[in-house]
Amino acid sequence: MSAVQTQAAGPQGLKAKHQRLVLVVIALAALIGAALLAIWGLRAQASYFYVPGEILAVRPAPDRGVRLGGMVEKGSLRTEPDGVTIGFVVGDGKARVPVRFKGIVPSLFTEGSGVVAEGRLGKDGIFVADNLLAKHDERYVPREMKDMTAAQAKQVVAETQ
Amino acid sequence: MPATPTPAKSAPIMHGFANPARFVRLARWLMPLLLVSGIVIAAAALAWGLFVAPADGLQGETVRILYIHVPAAWLGMGGWMAIAVASLVELVWRHPLAGIAARAAAVPGAVYTVFCLITGSLWGRPAWGAWWVWDGRLTSMLVLLFLYFGYLALADASSEAQGGSRLAAIFGLVGAINIPVIHYSVLWWNSLHQPPSISLGRSAMAPDFLWPLLAATIGFSLIFGGVVLARMRAILADVQAEARLRRKARNGAGAGAWSDA
Repeated sequence: MSAVQTQAAGPQGLKAKHQRLVLVVIALAALIGAALLAIWGLRAQASYFYVPGEILAVRPAPDRGVRLGGMVEKGSLRTEPDGVTIGFVVGDGKARVPVRFKGIVPSLFTEGSGVVAEGRLGKDGIFVADNLLAKHDERYVPREMKDMTAAQAKQVVAETQ
Repeated sequence: MPATPTPAKSAPIMHGFANPARFVRLARWLMPLLLVSGIVIAAAALAWGLFVAPADGLQGETVRILYIHVPAAWLGMGGWMAIAVASLVELVWRHPLAGIAARAAAVPGAVYTVFCLITGSLWGRPAWGAWWVWDGRLTSMLVLLFLYFGYLALADASSEAQGGSRLAAIFGLVGAINIPVIHYSVLWWNSLHQPPSISLGRSAMAPDFLWPLLAATIGFSLIFGGVVLARMRAILADVQAEARLRRKARNGAGAGAWSDA
């Protein structure tokens, strides 16, 4: 029946057109499958940093440079007596890793915000960082609203939803 | 049968512009309209973002780069989506304008991608403390730029050989795999780049930032459309001029043969 209808529709090009469409769809499906496989294979390697839970599970060797990312726990930031070394705790809600860093911190680095530390996890469980990167989150809040409580700001943002 | 009504329905829309003369007539007035309105809206949105919109609580004044960076990122990705759709239409339906549209979208798409990478880098230094990091988002965006370069080289090479733009079309379609990778890179993998602030029906961005951003996006999109139309007209004119030359050469050769006889 379909053959009759196709013939009734007339031109030979119609059939070729559908053939090409099917070919392209099959090729794209195969390609997407391959890409998903590759992404699945990369899921661990393509991450830019370990979160505390992962780094404690993996326990990279003390001489291996790794990155640790998470939230700087509120109230954990302190400056050591030498005045340039700082210590803080990076947490992900499940695990916590103490970090030490000597140097200048990026301007967005504060307690309660995200950080990525580059360095080594020592045998004593303290992560010694040679470099800190501040991680900005997806929230954009005007300076005037910063002094509001988090709940107030959230409500203002929620009004746009 | 589901197969037969589709071409019947799509045929008038698809083939309405199969005649380039019709397209050229439309593009002649639409192109300046898009370009002028786009430039006006983008300039107004940037002025709004740079002078009126507030500074961010954490980032301070550097947040203002957002009004270029985010539209550029969206349109860099949108440019490749346009290439992919046009390539599909070219491969399956052999629409005469599809290949030209795909080629026309490549340069503005690449330029927006460059804008995105440069502004992102300028923002990254003060905000993160690094010009560049090899996280999933930044790397996949850089891959997009290289895909644009590859596509441009392929399209250029194939335009010289008659009807050989199929290779570029296949490349355009295959390269579209990178677009969802860019989008989801910040969700699949831990990355330094922040996750999206705006998704359908939800915004973690205060309205003071959101509105100028949307206005800038509209402005830059209109400019994108205008540039694509301008480039399509230029490519069509090139094709026409080439065809005329070829015809002339053929006629000239024919005349020579006659005079020899």
